Amino acid sequence: MTTEMAEPASKIELPAGVGGGGEIPTFNITLRVRRYNPEVSEEARWDDFKLTMYGTDRVLDALHKVKWEIDGSVSFRRSCAHGICGSDAMRINGRNRLACKTLLKDLDTTKPITVEPIKGLPVEKDLIVDMEPFFQSYREIMPFLISKGHEPTKERIQSIEDRERFDDTTKCILCAACTSSCPVFWTDGQYFGPAAIVNAHRFIFDSRDDAGDMRLEILNDKEGVWRCRTTFNCSEACPRGIQVTQAIAEVKQAILARKM
Amino acid sequence: MPTKPAGTLYRGREGMWSWVGHRITGVVIFFFLLVHVLDTSLVRVSPEAYTAVIGAYKNPLMALGETGLVAAILFHAFNGLRVIAVDFWKKGAKYQRQMLWIVLAVWLVVFAGFAIRHLSLALGGH
Repeated sequence: MTTEMAEPASKIELPAGVGGGGEIPTFNITLRVRRYNPEVSEEARWDDFKLTMYGTDRVLDALHKVKWEIDGSVSFRRSCAHGICGSDAMRINGRNRLACKTLLKDLDTTKPITVEPIKGLPVEKDLIVDMEPFFQSYREIMPFLISKGHEPTKERIQSIEDRERFDDTTKCILCAACTSSCPVFWTDGQYFGPAAIVNAHRFIFDSRDDAGDMRLEILNDKEGVWRCRTTFNCSEACPRGIQVTQAIAEVKQAILARKM
Repeated sequence: MPTKPAGTLYRGREGMWSWVGHRITGVVIFFFLLVHVLDTSLVRVSPEAYTAVIGAYKNPLMALGETGLVAAILFHAFNGLRVIAVDFWKKGAKYQRQMLWIVLAVWLVVFAGFAIRHLSLALGGH
């Protein structure tokens, strides 16, 4: 902690007060975290933490500061912390976001910033939810390539146009921000949810895949695509910018086109 | 400092609130239809009772209720067309927000036209 390294002398003459670490503006925030620990109380509660943060900090940095310096019992998931792994989806100021992709300076820092677990999945502790129902739906749509016939000796060739057809839905990182923003999913846990449909879309419209009909049949279920009420919460919530509602509409159209 | 114990409301945008409006107007219309089927079927039981019930609707309070009902039906109808477009028009999802503004604009024009005529007839005497 105390081993401070002296910066090497700069070769450029800078006027006093310019450059160095103090350049980034700091500001004070109140982080309001939804706390739940079933071993202590069945009731959830709000905890406020007052922090001084930098303009480059994200909500995840604020959570780290709380966990590492103030209250080690605050629990949340995160892995890569750079918007790739999809572990830290949470409800920030009432909207599903990745904590690692939400800059504090983009939020209203005059009011407390609320951080809650994503909705519709059972909360285990604080910001950690049980993702099993989410992954159950994901597995049911068979998110892997199924092909008939002989395996080619070389790669499976695909035209640029054919690849483009499902490009948008390949971006999914399975963070569950979309599924847990869906009002239908909150009240009907049986609904497949946007993420499962997005990942089905990725294979249904892949020219190399031969199980599109099977997946359409699965999603033609009572709890399949027809549960979608086009609220667009999923499209707004997706941290990868996937046009989720558009993808669901395309699956709906494919089911109808197949029937005719 | 624990404050309100309840969770916050999800802050969805136009799409979510149009869906909420669609739900509420749908339920309102359902209850109207229920009453409407009952009062209309009265005519088979007793024409006098039917006339008495329909006559009872002729008061300012019911006129306001009818105005509200038309407002609900108009929104449900126009937004329903928007939802169909989102599902079946290729660019529907892309232009859903613009379509909602169109729905609200058409709703306002049609509803204002109806409300002025209906309320002046119902409340303004003859």
